Amino acid sequence: MSEVIKLKKGLNIPLKGKAEKVLVNPGPPGQYAVKPVDFPGIRPKMLVRVDDQVRAGTPLFFDKYNPDLFFTAPASGRVVAVNRGERRKILEVVIKAGEKIEYEDFGKADPGKTDREEIVRRLLKSGLWPLLRQRPYGIIPKPDSRPRSIFISGFDTAPLAPDFDFIMQDSASEFQAGIDVLRRLTDGKIHLNVNGDYPVVDVYKKVSGVQLNYFSGPHPAGNPGVQIHHIDPVHKNGAVWYIGPQNLLVIGRLFLDGVVDFSRIVALTGSEVINPRYYRTMMGASVDNILRDNIKEGNLRYISGNVLTGTRIPAKGFIGFYDSQITVIPEGDHHRFLGWAVPGLDRFSASRAFFSWLMPGREYVSDTNYNGGPRAFVMTGEYEKVLPMDIIPQQLVKSIIVEDIDKMENLGIYEVVEEDLALCEYVCTSKTEVQTIIRQGIELMIKETS
Amino acid sequence: MKLLRKQIDKIKPHFQKGGRFEMLHSTFDAFETFLFVPDKVTTRGAHIRDSIDMKRTMIIVVIAMVPALLFGMWNTGYQHFIATGTEAGFLDNFLHGFVKVLPIIVVSYASGLAVEFIFAQIRNHEVNEGFLVTGMLIPLIVPVDVPLWMVSVATIFAVIIGKEVFGGTGMNILNPALTARAFLFFAYPTYMSGDFVWISGLLKGEGIVDGFSGATPLANASLGNTEAIPSSMEMFLGTIPGSIGETSTLAILIGAAILWFTGVGSIRIMASVFVGGLMMGLILNLFAVNPFMEIPAWEHLIMGGFAFGAVFMATDPVTASQTDRGKYIYGFLVGFLAILIRVLNPAYPEGMMLAILFMNVFAPLIDHNVMQANIKRRLKRAEGSNILNKVQ
Repeated sequence: MSEVIKLKKGLNIPLKGKAEKVLVNPGPPGQYAVKPVDFPGIRPKMLVRVDDQVRAGTPLFFDKYNPDLFFTAPASGRVVAVNRGERRKILEVVIKAGEKIEYEDFGKADPGKTDREEIVRRLLKSGLWPLLRQRPYGIIPKPDSRPRSIFISGFDTAPLAPDFDFIMQDSASEFQAGIDVLRRLTDGKIHLNVNGDYPVVDVYKKVSGVQLNYFSGPHPAGNPGVQIHHIDPVHKNGAVWYIGPQNLLVIGRLFLDGVVDFSRIVALTGSEVINPRYYRTMMGASVDNILRDNIKEGNLRYISGNVLTGTRIPAKGFIGFYDSQITVIPEGDHHRFLGWAVPGLDRFSASRAFFSWLMPGREYVSDTNYNGGPRAFVMTGEYEKVLPMDIIPQQLVKSIIVEDIDKMENLGIYEVVEEDLALCEYVCTSKTEVQTIIRQGIELMIKETS
Repeated sequence: MKLLRKQIDKIKPHFQKGGRFEMLHSTFDAFETFLFVPDKVTTRGAHIRDSIDMKRTMIIVVIAMVPALLFGMWNTGYQHFIATGTEAGFLDNFLHGFVKVLPIIVVSYASGLAVEFIFAQIRNHEVNEGFLVTGMLIPLIVPVDVPLWMVSVATIFAVIIGKEVFGGTGMNILNPALTARAFLFFAYPTYMSGDFVWISGLLKGEGIVDGFSGATPLANASLGNTEAIPSSMEMFLGTIPGSIGETSTLAILIGAAILWFTGVGSIRIMASVFVGGLMMGLILNLFAVNPFMEIPAWEHLIMGGFAFGAVFMATDPVTASQTDRGKYIYGFLVGFLAILIRVLNPAYPEGMMLAILFMNVFAPLIDHNVMQANIKRRLKRAEGSNILNKVQ
């Protein structure tokens, strides 16, 4: 067993509503949607129109800048809507599912005996290529690029995050097939990073062709960005790719079964869920059938993903492309009396400015209130406490605000994406929108360097 | 509470755009958010945010100053009655001090907040909470007999020149409270030094007990009257003449503990200031050529404004170094320079104010160097990992 990389910095936000390890089959979701907004930097061009019939794996749209990059339907049925937002930006392509899922046939293949070009072609055509992402920038890699190494974070440390040991336990063969595919994509190593605090599950332990790395520590120790930083740091020296463990199963199934099967297990979490549990469903599936009769009353926020980095969805919205978690928390659109003076026994804070430190181990209900107004930077050293990377976060954020490209590059814009600094945003006394600023910085870098 | 909320919601439209009192928008907002945390919800980024905000942070700093303030009030009376040779009980001491100190606090807050509100209105943004701390710091670092108009002038000067010209809280280079203190020191030196300013009622020179000097320990030390320096226990507890809040190291350390425990004040800075001061003291002890240089290094830490500056002034996050490593260097140099100025500059026995202001100016340079080191280190790592990959 190699050494455990122990991270001390970070923060586990103790929230109510962790999913119980019970797997539920909620029945067919009825509708599916693919959301181009899940893919930063993509300009979608539609390939289907409303009323077209599609099968699982039929291309729905492609990227205007990269015509080889297809995005395909997760299930078969009829395209019922292409919802657009401001300036006709495509928000989601909605499919009403038929009774049984029909699949496009891509043919089985043994990744070990298929050459790299053919593998890349299959992944692109089936719409599974976008499951891969790269650092720098957290975007979908270019099909003609080669990564230095590929990272899989085998666990998630985000608030109320699903337990991947539980999700992955019965997927050994698909996981191995996925790994075999990745091995053809890089000349470097496949890093499988697991939680060093727990015994490693069989799926991870028995898989061949990977280097197992052990991480331990609070969130964001499970973020691929943090793990890449400690094992194979990115600079101007080429990209590193990463993929989530459940998403790798989809790639495995493409080669084992020859079909696009976006099945996945998601954790339904959050303080406003009556019975937080795991559900077998699919990427892009409507959450309606999962949430029905399992949600408390009130004005609620529905999130695809976790409370720090997830995307807000409507009550009948769809699961995001990369997400394995649905979170439901109360909205915070109410005033609080004398917030600066109350003892705050029921208010969690990373600081000890509220008396909730008297009760360690307590879990909190947290709503969406800002808990204050935006200010200029005043406090310092807050961000450093929750970022386990050798990066000076506040100075990086400032360099982005003033659009100083050289500084951004030097201070580490290549190594981070929004999720890595999500905790900085959470703890910020000045309520700075750190994640938005990071994405703006990344967009500026892409624009200036391409 | 609900009734209050209803009333606020009723009058709120008048203060918003197009309302009758639109010009008082920021003022209204300040009072509203003082009473109620806004109902604004997250629209992008993290869906939940930490409970802490600027108001809570600043209030905690103010609370941390309360022990020093209360002790300062008591000590004001205590020193006064010693000087006049009157018997007085605990309550008499405290009441005398309370009556003397409260007006200074009121004047400081009133003048500073007036400027803050005006600037918030002109700039059309929310009133910043930074002055809650500055407004309390200023009374604690002035001699008790300072004329109130001077407090007012100094406060207004500090808020405008020290802070608002740079863009307000968070943008300033110099610590506003120290700017006020420096302004007083250089503009009205006769009121800020000498032996009589530190104890209330001595300026007129009436009714003083024969032989009573009123000199602070530092003044005695700089004159070489080492026998006149009070015992270290007295200096630690603070029963000595000095600025209102600076005398009791014990009360200040209680404040330091609050700041450290809540995570609001930087322990890195506080600790390294003390280390820096101790180092300089030891160096001076080595070359001890006059009585001041012979004072044990650790006694410097409980004399004058050293402890107060270390805990409440040097830790101001806006004007200190912002990087973790930078904070150690910054703090160390503050302490180091404070003792250097204190002992080797005969014109000014209290070096803490100048040392902190000086290091405020240099803090960005320290941060710059810390950043450069970080950049080099990370570049090296990335190159290293490249080579490693090629070998494999």
